[in-house]
Amino acid sequence: MTTEMICAGFGGQGVLTIGKFIAQSGMKEGRNVSWLPSYGPEMRGGTANVSAVVSDEPIASPIVSYPDILVALNQPSLDKFGPQVRKNGVVIVNTSACPHGCKREDVQIVAAPMSDIALEIGSIRVLNMLAIGIVIGKTGLIKYDTLEEDLKSFLAAKDPDLLELNLTAIKRGMEIGQQG
Amino acid sequence: MSKILMKGNEAVAEAAIRAGCRLYFAYPITPQSELIEYMAKMMPKVNGTFLQAESEVSAINMVYGAAGCGKRVMTSSSSPGISLKQEGISYIAGAQLPAVIINVQRGGPGLGDIQPAQGDYFQAVKGGGHGDYRMIVLAPSSVQEFADMASEAFDLADKYRNPVTILADGMLGQMMEPVEFKETLSDEEIEALGEQHKSWCIHPNEDGDKKHHHEINSLEIDPAMLEKHVENLYAKYAEIEKNEVRYDTYNLSDDNEILCVAWGTASRVIKSAINELKAQGKSVGMIRPITCWPYPYEAVAAAIGPKVKQVYVFELNTGQMLDDVKIAVCGKAPVKFWGKVGGIVFTPAEIQQKLEECFK
Repeated sequence: MTTEMICAGFGGQGVLTIGKFIAQSGMKEGRNVSWLPSYGPEMRGGTANVSAVVSDEPIASPIVSYPDILVALNQPSLDKFGPQVRKNGVVIVNTSACPHGCKREDVQIVAAPMSDIALEIGSIRVLNMLAIGIVIGKTGLIKYDTLEEDLKSFLAAKDPDLLELNLTAIKRGMEIGQQG
Repeated sequence: MSKILMKGNEAVAEAAIRAGCRLYFAYPITPQSELIEYMAKMMPKVNGTFLQAESEVSAINMVYGAAGCGKRVMTSSSSPGISLKQEGISYIAGAQLPAVIINVQRGGPGLGDIQPAQGDYFQAVKGGGHGDYRMIVLAPSSVQEFADMASEAFDLADKYRNPVTILADGMLGQMMEPVEFKETLSDEEIEALGEQHKSWCIHPNEDGDKKHHHEINSLEIDPAMLEKHVENLYAKYAEIEKNEVRYDTYNLSDDNEILCVAWGTASRVIKSAINELKAQGKSVGMIRPITCWPYPYEAVAAAIGPKVKQVYVFELNTGQMLDDVKIAVCGKAPVKFWGKVGGIVFTPAEIQQKLEECFK
């Protein structure tokens, strides 16, 4: 099985990191992965996106035409990538920054005011982990335990408080994903 | 050794260090800069030399000098920077020195842009510098292969005393994929590697014998001497053509109705399109040159199955490898080309559409 994903949002919302942790966890679970960022002359607040592929087979193209999962953290991202999502695919919408929402009826939409929830948890910086939580809760693409272990090795020494906030955000996201 | 998720730029730098590279000279340029950054960070830790030169011209001439000492030396850049290195590469080829040059290609010509492209095929394969010379050109298509090619490039450079290029692109440089590093040479092994070059390279005169004298030069002012030198180079190139052709195939079978030919990043996208067509019951195969020089002419010709009605070349340029495919196919099947330029990488959906048109 191959799952192709695009995460997109404003630069600074942490979309590249969403892809990185999903790819890293996928790899640790013994699957093939690729992570392809958009790069270029971007300014703060500009758009950023990443394609991540997790597969049981060797990965052909790391460039994704039709994602199975889209994480759209703002409206321009939803407008750009929303139409490309495969039928019955998953579209995760941050309604705090997507006033017009997603109009498609042939996909599974999980909509939540993610920026507001992140602030409520304690920091806008955990927005991306909230998004990963929703991906896990909705699709089971990677396991929570793998991600937790990975985050711990990355953050435990550097910033233990931020680690706790991140884990809270992931768990909250999983609840949203399971309901949606 | 477990797998590590790494960018291609970083993976090839780490692999080069593990393969015994202790001398690296370069000048920064996007989309290759993580490579030079990685070398800046890691070279001091292995008692190696990292030097950010004042220009690409300077860096390649430092490579020329270090290679003359028989050491494993590397430089890297992206397209415009590689253009600046061409004079040095010609000298290195002329003086028959082992060196590795990495090109993480971006859009051109001129300064172009910083997105992935394959516009430097002619430059790398047909000789970007002056004079009759050849450079071994390895074209990776994944981060793992990019990393694996570091030690392969050094081995080939040492074996033939010839410059070797790894022709990657911005996508392979910026993308992260799992990498497993296969070997790490010890300091003793690296030292031993240098011994193979002692018969010709510049090294300290240990026994005080003043007649022990080696000259590194690309100048042969006597035409008869230069004629002999170039003939010797060509005899060496013929050896390389005989021994070092490498290629890979995908979904190749006698049922193929289309044979795709693609190299590097482009070949990854073609694979996805082939998979989609396979699901529709349409058979498309692919051959991917791993060495762009020496080119796998015979293998490309042999890959044309009995039912193939179209050979389709896809590149991220306006048709550069296309010439070599035509030489290989030699009129046995119609050859078609489609490419994207400007640093835009075609998508699996676009390739799928192009292939489906052939079945109509």
